[in-house]
Amino acid sequence: MGGPATDMRQKLLEIRGLEVEFQTRRGIARAVNCIDLTLYAGERFGLVGESGSGKTTMILALLRMIREPGRISGGQVLLDGVDLLKLSDEEMRKTRLAGLAMVPQGAMNSLNPVMRVGDQIRLSMSEHGQRRPAEAGRIEELLQMVGLRPQVAELYPHELSGGMKQRACIAIAISLRPRLILADEPTSALDVVVQRHIMQTLRSLGESMDATVLLVGHDMGLMAQFTQRMGIMYGGKLVEVGTVEEIFSSPKHPYTQLLIASIPSFKSRGEFKGIPGVALSLLNPPTGCLFHPRCPQALDECASVDPSLKELDGHHTACLLYGREGTHAATPA
Amino acid sequence: MSRGFIIRRVGLFLIVVWAAASVNFFIPRLATGRDPIREKLGLLAASGGLRQEGVEAMVKAYQAKFGLDKPLHTQYLNFLLNSARLDLGYSLANYPARVGRMIANAMPWTMGLLLVATIIGFSLGTLMGALAVWARAPALFRHLVFPLMTLSAIPPYLLGLVVIYTLGLQLNIFPLSGGYSPGTFPGFRLDFILEVIHHSTLPALAIVLQAVGFWALGMRGMMVSTVGEDYIALAEANGLRSKTIFFRYAVRNAFLPQYTALGLSMAFAVSGQVVVEVVFAYPGMGTLLFRAIQASDYTVINGVVLITIMAIGLVTMVMDFTYPLLDPRISHQRLD
Ligand code: SF4
Repeated sequence: MGGPATDMRQKLLEIRGLEVEFQTRRGIARAVNCIDLTLYAGERFGLVGESGSGKTTMILALLRMIREPGRISGGQVLLDGVDLLKLSDEEMRKTRLAGLAMVPQGAMNSLNPVMRVGDQIRLSMSEHGQRRPAEAGRIEELLQMVGLRPQVAELYPHELSGGMKQRACIAIAISLRPRLILADEPTSALDVVVQRHIMQTLRSLGESMDATVLLVGHDMGLMAQFTQRMGIMYGGKLVEVGTVEEIFSSPKHPYTQLLIASIPSFKSRGEFKGIPGVALSLLNPPTGCLFHPRCPQALDECASVDPSLKELDGHHTACLLYGREGTHAATPA
Repeated sequence: MSRGFIIRRVGLFLIVVWAAASVNFFIPRLATGRDPIREKLGLLAASGGLRQEGVEAMVKAYQAKFGLDKPLHTQYLNFLLNSARLDLGYSLANYPARVGRMIANAMPWTMGLLLVATIIGFSLGTLMGALAVWARAPALFRHLVFPLMTLSAIPPYLLGLVVIYTLGLQLNIFPLSGGYSPGTFPGFRLDFILEVIHHSTLPALAIVLQAVGFWALGMRGMMVSTVGEDYIALAEANGLRSKTIFFRYAVRNAFLPQYTALGLSMAFAVSGQVVVEVVFAYPGMGTLLFRAIQASDYTVINGVVLITIMAIGLVTMVMDFTYPLLDPRISHQRLD
């Protein structure tokens, strides 16, 4: 797929035809639309898209935390070969944190305000059956791993800065050594310097624990620095998947091309080109390619044929400019 | 919590009690026109056929006895001194009964009824309000909200009439009024205690029914915003048990405003639920206050109000001291 290096790697997460629907008064909105994606052990993968593109919904679907009126309406989520969507509620609860852990968006309010940080870490472990062995210095060790002083265990969340809170959340996330860490815009509420530190911490933790990190966000620059491969989402669909180099040097999908062009660079300073056209309505999606009303390169058949994700020299894209069959690619990305 | 804070807080308590007691002293004396001694004696005179000349002399004598002949500032100083010693003087209407004694007799009845009813109503209501919002709780609790809302809007004395009619009159399960049956002698015996519980069930029910609704609505409102907090979502993502999230994350945080309200409600309980007690002819503080107002018994009114103010002041002070234990974000360090 992404080259010989990743081929050798063990598959950790295989998402097959994942669909999430929201039942609304005005009809069904498909927030995650038939996603196929494979993540390998130990890699850092970035999922990019505008707000409303379904990236956060997909993370919640992986955790099986889609709330009413939403539901996972189809597909498989295989973590180490086990389909999470088939687990009982209690099995799924135990898999959270132990198998896949979440680093939240803006950690400002992600910790229980009335519980000491150390107690929150201890509680997360004990709720997964880790009692005695966890006590002996493990909490201090976890805090040190994320760059916090051991004394932080005695503090309450309101006594921590935003960056420290986020580190405490990461300490909980890695407490059971999960294979997969989901990070949904983990630095959105933090200033740039803290943002860099948090990302470095996440990277080194992922490397030292050989955990896969799935980073969700809209900041292409951050993605480029942090991840190895990226996926671009539009309207609940994955429209392009490739290595960071491929995506940045030769974006295939017109939407990706516009995203890359919209990054303010040193050459065209301050000239932030938005993407023209109206954001997509999931309740009333266009026929054919979801992007065609905004696509500068749209062909005639784009309004009727829905392109699927196809491989193009190890790089995947869903666009009719690159071949016209409306079928799925033989190997999912 | 520092020593300085405790000293200042106790000082504040004393000032509040002093100010409230003073207002309470002056207001009835400013309302001219009624003279309880003259009224009482006039009543006696009418029934006993006393001659009017004597009454004037007796009014003078009684006024001297109660210190009402002295100038206002002397009366006020005496009042403050006596209040500080918790010496509430004689009842104007029931001389020579002492106000302190009357309150001491009524207080256990009210405390027993209202504190128990308040705590039961609070616990049930808080739990029901929390469950009404919790998505994993049985749907029953969501539907219970509407009857509870209705109950909370009906004053307890009306509920009292309803329970008297249904459980007392129609079904004849519980006695209609009183604290215990006439003819039994109060004492710490099992049969008397059961008798008291039997008698307080209906008034307690009236209060609990209304309180459950009140507390459930308050808790429900807080829970709605609490379950939307990020820490609830992250707790679920971290695979905590649903029960743990409910009690230690959601209820624990939504509970904080309830705690403040509970304190005030307990403090007010000391003064009795006037109308409920009157409806049930219950021998508590509410009835005492009601009779005192009817008879313009200033000393008793003063006493009841003073005790109520002290209870409220005391409870809010205890709340202030205990709140930081419940919510670490409230710290008294900054006040120092
Ligand atoms: S399929 Fe057509 S409309 Fe869609 S991105 Fe490609 S060219 Fe544009």
